[in-house]
Amino acid sequence: MAMVTRREDDSLKAGTRGRLSTLPAVIADMINKIVSTVQEAVAGIKDGSTVLVGGFGGAGQPLALIDALIEQGARDLTIVNNNAGNGDTGLAALLATGQVKKIICSFPRQADSHVFDGLYRAGKLELELVPQGTLAERVRAGGAGLGGFYTRTGLGTMLAEDKEVRTINGVDYLFELPIVADVALIKAKTGDRWGNLIYNKTARNFGPVHATAAALTIAQVDEVVSLGELDPEAVVTPGIYVKRIVRVQSQEAKG
Amino acid sequence: MKRLSRDEIAQRLARDIPEGAYVNLGIGLPTKVGNYLPADKEIFLQSENGVLGMGPAPAKGEEDWDLINAGKQAVTLLPGGSYFHHADSFAMMRGGHLDICVLGAFQVSQHGDLANWHTGEPDAIPAVGGAMDLAMGARSVYIMMELLTKDGRSKLVPECTYPLTGLHCVSRVYTDYAVFEIQPGGVVKVIDDCSGAGQEELLKLTGLPLVFD
Repeated sequence: MAMVTRREDDSLKAGTRGRLSTLPAVIADMINKIVSTVQEAVAGIKDGSTVLVGGFGGAGQPLALIDALIEQGARDLTIVNNNAGNGDTGLAALLATGQVKKIICSFPRQADSHVFDGLYRAGKLELELVPQGTLAERVRAGGAGLGGFYTRTGLGTMLAEDKEVRTINGVDYLFELPIVADVALIKAKTGDRWGNLIYNKTARNFGPVHATAAALTIAQVDEVVSLGELDPEAVVTPGIYVKRIVRVQSQEAKG
Repeated sequence: MKRLSRDEIAQRLARDIPEGAYVNLGIGLPTKVGNYLPADKEIFLQSENGVLGMGPAPAKGEEDWDLINAGKQAVTLLPGGSYFHHADSFAMMRGGHLDICVLGAFQVSQHGDLANWHTGEPDAIPAVGGAMDLAMGARSVYIMMELLTKDGRSKLVPECTYPLTGLHCVSRVYTDYAVFEIQPGGVVKVIDDCSGAGQEELLKLTGLPLVFD
């Protein structure tokens, strides 16, 4: 029962953590998913990876991790995000480097999506357009070990082309495949060393879904707290899904 | 006859939203409906990016860019509001839990088919967002649009020529001329001639076999 003999230094100091502080003082190697730099956070991302990127526009976009991925230089990436970058920072900057061969998203065209627009029109970036809810559910299905799902969304539209239609209880549904990824880059508000996460307002968006569907989920957080400080009733992403956490200075993301 | 302004269409639509309704307002024109919801009624606004109980825009300088709506504008949260992730947000739509969604349109067919996401032009970059999920998921889909295109053609049509967003999904169409209800069998009923255009003019403008009260 190695797990229960691990304990928190700070919980001993405080002496208020109940059961843990009464356990024998055996210090095992502590599970610590916190890394100290964004470079360590994105280390090992391979060429050809599928990367889920959190965020809806600017809210929840893991800017520091994206910048680190640009520096790290993995190429031929497939990116999954709701959008295809805004302005010239974050996802747009990643697209501009030419590291991305394909983007899977629901809403690429925006007033400030000029980087995507240029690459797409030049035939340098493949686009798979997916309705937003189908995108979220495909990732959810991937993280939940499902082989896909049937939905009414998209039925009878050009996004239904080549997809199986099945009638269930008299209603037609489209079959959609799951998305699983090599890497997820997400942004959360607070994390702890076991990888538990809470988010901030609508910056939550795709983060908890993406976290479940990648072999390597990496979260940038505004703050790190000791185990037990996050209310277990309020943890949004349980640590099992998260491999690495890095604290970065909060960045103001607009729009 | 006096055609309604865009704000007046929003105001007219807002009048039909009952207390207690769970409502999603699409990006663009439909967002205006939020400005006219009566203060004495409790109406729950949902936004696809994971918020229920959305409040009005914050005062200038008070924006929190982690709290935005589907159009990526800063909003506020009412007391009692909640946040949830994207898969939950769209499960809420597809599961039929939203009473009403309000969307814009390029075209609506007399059978309630909706085209609002893509012009179909070869060089257009398509962007679908949550439109298809909302169209198929919400119990009632209300469309808000000007009745005519800039060159005077009706956007209420026998069959959509633009790429479809959803089949048989529209319940009502609020326009600058009138409010139309889509009924089974391709019947389009004028439920409010709010511009005072009159039967003859509405028949002429739409070219559809409209039904009147």
